Amino acid sequence: MSSALINGLFVFMLAAFIGFEVIRRISPLLHTPLMSLTNALDAIAVVGAIILVGEHKSRLSFILGMLAVIAATSNVVGGFLITDRMLKMFKSSRPTKP
Amino acid sequence: MTGPTMTDFAGNQQIIEITYLIASALFILSLKWMSSPTTAQRGVRAGEIGMALAIAGTLLHHGIIDYKWIAIALVLGTIIGIPLGLVKMTAVPQRTALSHAFGAFCVTLVGTAEFYLRTPDVPRFMMSVLSMEVILGSLTFTGSLMAAGKLQELLPQRPLTYKGQNVVNLSLLALSLAVAVYLVIHPGARQLFPFMLGIPLLFGVLMIVPIGGADMPTVISLLNSYAGLSAAAMGFVLDSKLLIVAGALDGSSGLILSVIMSKAMNRSFTNVLFGAFGQVQSAAAIGQEAKPVRSATAEEAAGILSAANKVVIVPGYGMAVAQAQHKVRELFDALSKRGVDVRFAIHPVAGRMPGHMNVLLAEADIPYDRLMDMDDINGEFPQTDVALVIGANDVTNPAARTDASSPIYGMPILDVDKARTVMVIKRSMSPGFAGIDNPLYYLDKTLMLFGDAKSFVNNIVRELSGGHG
Repeated sequence: MSSALINGLFVFMLAAFIGFEVIRRISPLLHTPLMSLTNALDAIAVVGAIILVGEHKSRLSFILGMLAVIAATSNVVGGFLITDRMLKMFKSSRPTKP
Repeated sequence: MTGPTMTDFAGNQQIIEITYLIASALFILSLKWMSSPTTAQRGVRAGEIGMALAIAGTLLHHGIIDYKWIAIALVLGTIIGIPLGLVKMTAVPQRTALSHAFGAFCVTLVGTAEFYLRTPDVPRFMMSVLSMEVILGSLTFTGSLMAAGKLQELLPQRPLTYKGQNVVNLSLLALSLAVAVYLVIHPGARQLFPFMLGIPLLFGVLMIVPIGGADMPTVISLLNSYAGLSAAAMGFVLDSKLLIVAGALDGSSGLILSVIMSKAMNRSFTNVLFGAFGQVQSAAAIGQEAKPVRSATAEEAAGILSAANKVVIVPGYGMAVAQAQHKVRELFDALSKRGVDVRFAIHPVAGRMPGHMNVLLAEADIPYDRLMDMDDINGEFPQTDVALVIGANDVTNPAARTDASSPIYGMPILDVDKARTVMVIKRSMSPGFAGIDNPLYYLDKTLMLFGDAKSFVNNIVRELSGGHG
């Protein structure tokens, strides 16, 4: 087992625990914006695709990388946009502090 | 000359790692701030900044020789992304399924490219995570497309089942895993890769075919989890801790939501994936005979509502289908003005995805502190004067508590039948999604308000403003 693997597993384990603890506390009120937000964050996969396009190691990797960057970027833009729109709709009946 | 260049590389690499570290922290904060509507928008900002930092950092990567095409792809992605961010709120579930598909598509493509770049000399561990990335990514891709198609009603919502379906599906999954194992042992067998890609693509389609519309909230959450896990696997392949963190957060979020959804329907994952809920209709429909119900007019309903102190409105997806949420908001205003305490009881599976109903009501300007979860509102029904059910059915069915032979027995429901008076707006006496008769409708305290949700609520509002205005 390489040290990169062990490091990766540690990071995965810790992030999964943080994820469970943080997300458990999110009220059902916001579960839909939560899902569109995690969707946008998950599109961080775009960084791997950007490197494939930029390095241009083979024609195949370049073409697949281009498609991947397009798909992930549309998730980033669309995901943040719709989450923001949804959250703006949530208003309290109590007047907000001036 | 080599000296300074090497330091440049190392320097850049450190800057990249630091932007990734900050981005990971911002992603965690982003989710933490989602816990309350007052801080949630800050959470979105944190996520956006983290994303921008990570992308900017990546552009410093020393191997990148060509920026033009990256820029073109980023612009094209933005052009596609903007309309996906502007869909109507009723269309959010299919948009979400579609974006699971896009995310999985990206992961699968990167996995495929990495496979052909790295083989035949791939260490076993690397090949195992690469296989996981490709298998999870491709089945999530087609599965999510199917889910989006069903939600958009491009595909039939009814579950399609045939004999031996589960055997076929599980064999396909097993076959793709077998191919993966073979590739781990013999990474040089590149000709097998298309099978490891293609079989899960087919499995993704067949996996969603037997799943009905009522199970979509669970399925979307489960696909969310798969999309996250495939991204985490990609993080292992690329040795990117940022990706592992984002994938793990997304994976755990999807898993928590699917557990909540399947609990709310009293079903296990295996049951959702292999059960095909729509099978009970015929049996339930036969036992139906004409039992007497009491019905009322809009005028009578308005009278009872205005005399009440506490009213709980129970909205279901039928309300959203009838586009009645804005009329419901007028009703909420009219009653609140008379000093009636009006709240909304939201069942976890009231919409087509987790939390969907809350968004639809918030869009109609109903304050979020009036929207109550099932656990918070159920204790209050005995003190409620009127429970008004609009477009909800199975989630109010007391048979889930009392009738052990009912297909929904054990499912947590809103205890609407404990209110002093129950009013149900419904088109006709036809049974709901699961095709199960609802004894709530035959109670002495229940008044059936027959008609279209939107126009009936409108009539009540008119009576309320006319009668005392």
